[in-house]
Amino acid sequence: MNWINIKKDFKANKVLYFMVLPVVLYFIVFSYVPMSGIIMAFEQYSPQKGIFGSTWIGVKNFVDFFNSYYCLRLIKNTFLLSFYDLIFGFPAPIIFALLMNEIRRKKVKKIVQTISYMPYFISITVIAGIIIDFCSSTGAITSIVAKFGGPSSNLLGIPELFRGIFIGTNIWQGVGFNSVIYMAALAGVDQELYEAAAQDGAGRWKQALHVTIPGISNTIIIMLILRLGHLMSVNFEKVILLYSPVTYSTADVISSFVYRKGLLEFNYGYSTAVGLFNSAMNFAILLLANRISKKISETSLF
Amino acid sequence: MQYRNTSSNRIFDFFNATIMILICVCSLFPIVHVIFASLSDPMKLTAHEGIILWPLGFTLKGYQLVFSNSNILIGYMNTIFYVVVGVILSTFLTILGGYVLSRKSLLWRNTIMFFITFTMFFNGGLIPFYMVVKNLHMTNTRFAIIIPTAISVFNLIIMRTSLMKIPESLEESAKIDGAGHFIIITKIVIPLAKSTIATIVLFYAVGIWNSWFNATIFLNDRNLFPLQVILKEILVQDDTSAVLNSVDAGNTDIYRSLVKYCTIVVATLPVLCFYPFVQKYFVSGVMIGSVKG
Repeated sequence: MNWINIKKDFKANKVLYFMVLPVVLYFIVFSYVPMSGIIMAFEQYSPQKGIFGSTWIGVKNFVDFFNSYYCLRLIKNTFLLSFYDLIFGFPAPIIFALLMNEIRRKKVKKIVQTISYMPYFISITVIAGIIIDFCSSTGAITSIVAKFGGPSSNLLGIPELFRGIFIGTNIWQGVGFNSVIYMAALAGVDQELYEAAAQDGAGRWKQALHVTIPGISNTIIIMLILRLGHLMSVNFEKVILLYSPVTYSTADVISSFVYRKGLLEFNYGYSTAVGLFNSAMNFAILLLANRISKKISETSLF
Repeated sequence: MQYRNTSSNRIFDFFNATIMILICVCSLFPIVHVIFASLSDPMKLTAHEGIILWPLGFTLKGYQLVFSNSNILIGYMNTIFYVVVGVILSTFLTILGGYVLSRKSLLWRNTIMFFITFTMFFNGGLIPFYMVVKNLHMTNTRFAIIIPTAISVFNLIIMRTSLMKIPESLEESAKIDGAGHFIIITKIVIPLAKSTIATIVLFYAVGIWNSWFNATIFLNDRNLFPLQVILKEILVQDDTSAVLNSVDAGNTDIYRSLVKYCTIVVATLPVLCFYPFVQKYFVSGVMIGSVKG
């Protein structure tokens, strides 16, 4: 890349660069400028003094966080919630797509798809409202659970049940829509491979094992890496809507903590520090997952 | 896939059918419960425990309360405004960005792409983001809802991937005929990428329609609240005072549950009725975008 080429390219593509300027500007302002706000994590930030006037306290915010009573609990909750969501929530759409792929009547397939996509389009506030209602002491889910010998009080007030409710409803809402990308991948598997396998005497199960799953393995791996990149963020909007001080012991995650400390208690410096820790963890896990994937398969995100 | 009508295949089909039916029932029953509950008599509703599979009595009083309430109407108007303006802005920027970043002759193409994609994996956090919006004096204005979330990297990637599939020969022959970029975009690119654009529009529309968090942290003026924030008050914070202000004090408790159900239906039914029509678009859109995501 030498200077003459750059000049030539700019001359030829001036219009294009101007066209993309607003887009680049958007990312600079709303993604990269906030990154520079990370400085607040190292300061005793006070709104009156601003970013450049607040006292520099180095890593004190981080030390305070790691020494605090709830640090371990937050990390544990964040990790467990994400981990269970991964174990149960990640395979569900894949299995659903595989099963749907076996439906031979096109009309039936279409109907199942339409119905299963529906919950995805319901907004999270409404979903939270439905969950709160169904898990209340007179709610639909509570009465079913009580019949099987479970508790009959407000289910969202029981810390042990929070993860189950959270992940169960995640699956309910997402299994249909998230299966779309796997359906797309399944459509891309070469039909001839199936024919060849059938010729060799492979039944349905063996065909699925040796043709279908390897055929969509690339998609699965990419989706998994993307998912791991958000491992520590969890779906914090949903957490905030469903948790309460009673369930903080299992429900409070790092992102909800950042929200409370920062925007509700105005402890900007501390909250930014914790948020930075969260983002850094996410990024580190993403890089790790990508590297492992590169070594094991040939697929990777970058 | 090859299919042979063996007994093991038939058994599998039977199990598959059962699972599918189960999934459909599970997907539908909460919605059915809510719809029937919204039509039920409030006294019977409050007394009832458990699932509702048919209306308990019949009344439209709940809907009457919801529709006559100005907060919900204002919320609706605001959301429609945010969706229309937001979708237009977002789609415009995404098409622009997708077009430029799909031109293979652009020298800085990959650099810019990396620059943008990186933001998917690392960001400055909630507080710095909030400070940026605040310092731009957007807080408590409509801009705070439309602009900070204008472009989704995911949608941009989908757009770019599908535009890269348009054969270069079309662009070149148009250039030979003297067409500038503007004409290429409007006359060639947009007509060819129609289904991807429809997908993007749908994703943005649903995203803006359902968003509530940014509105919660950036807005104080009730007249600017989108529908979801009003819903959050009513459904999550259990604050039905806004809706029940026309009911006299003795009766508010009875109507509380009913009004919640009616609000859910009023807020969600439009989306649920609308989306089957655009279902085919996003299925094909995801297929296009998934080839190299």
